[in-house]
Amino acid sequence: MTNTLLASPLFGITLTLLVFHLATLLNQRFKYTLLNPTIVAIVTIIVILRQSDISYTDYSAGGDIILFLLGPSVVALGVPLYQRRTEVMQRLIPILSGISVGAITSIFTTTVIVLLLGGDEQLAITIAPKSVTTPIAIGLAAKFGGLVPLTAAVVVMTGCFGAVVGPALCKFLRINDPAAMGLAMGTAAHGIGTGRMLEIDLMGGAIAGLAIGLNGLITSMLMPVLKVILG
Amino acid sequence: MVRGFAILLSFQWLGELLSTGLNLPLPGSVIGMVLLLITLRFGLIKLTWVNEAAELLLKNLSMLFVPAGVGVMVYFDLIAKQWLPLTVATLLSTLAVLATTGLTAKFMSRKGGGND
Repeated sequence: MTNTLLASPLFGITLTLLVFHLATLLNQRFKYTLLNPTIVAIVTIIVILRQSDISYTDYSAGGDIILFLLGPSVVALGVPLYQRRTEVMQRLIPILSGISVGAITSIFTTTVIVLLLGGDEQLAITIAPKSVTTPIAIGLAAKFGGLVPLTAAVVVMTGCFGAVVGPALCKFLRINDPAAMGLAMGTAAHGIGTGRMLEIDLMGGAIAGLAIGLNGLITSMLMPVLKVILG
Repeated sequence: MVRGFAILLSFQWLGELLSTGLNLPLPGSVIGMVLLLITLRFGLIKLTWVNEAAELLLKNLSMLFVPAGVGVMVYFDLIAKQWLPLTVATLLSTLAVLATTGLTAKFMSRKGGGND
């Protein structure tokens, strides 16, 4: 009977919601950027599954249902883009050039570093969409032959790292304009960076949210180029 | 709310259809986002129809990432084998993207006579 219960989507969904809720409470209690609820929940669930010998397949029966919602979430990013269309049009040139340079830098630096340190082409494709929001990154990895779960992990890692070091790095480089800072945070560290930016400055956070969608678009157009170069 | 989800899913479905049908390099969901943006802009879809559903999804976006991250446990062996290029590329590239994006935006808005 226990096996039937574990294999039901009820298990994976309940575990995810419960652990994420507790991770959010922990984050609110301690207000420490490294205690990002997403990463805390991921690590906790992996430890729970390993310790109790529950297979990933049992978890993913429910996990896949939550994962499915990432698809319509990407479509939903069109709404904030539409709502901020006036600000976007006013700052179109700096916004587009900033995100384009960031997207090219991301794909170029990851690929070169991976290949220099002895990684293979598949690993390069897997890591290349690291700065793009998870649902788009997953779609890109699947489409171009990367390892989807590894891409997801790298994206979350990128988001947490960018959210932690981003504001300090911007200060060091004298990027003090909240719009430019938000653009950097959203382009480099997607949703997790946007969350951090919203705590610093509202307008900057809005621009970061916009950068998530635009970087997703630009990276999606650059990935076929990378695929051709890698052969 | 039901109408909102119906619209979002229809656009994703349409996007997938275009992506596979025309063999486009973009994921179906991204095409769906562009289609939603265009239809909102031309008033074919009203913001109030999709606003609630979109907000619900985007507000909980960080929770939706969790199962994707848990999936990495299947690939622990692979990570162990390539951990060096994986971590170095991720961390260094994130710093590079933050710097180049921010500096480009700063430089371009100054050049364009931006009011900041």
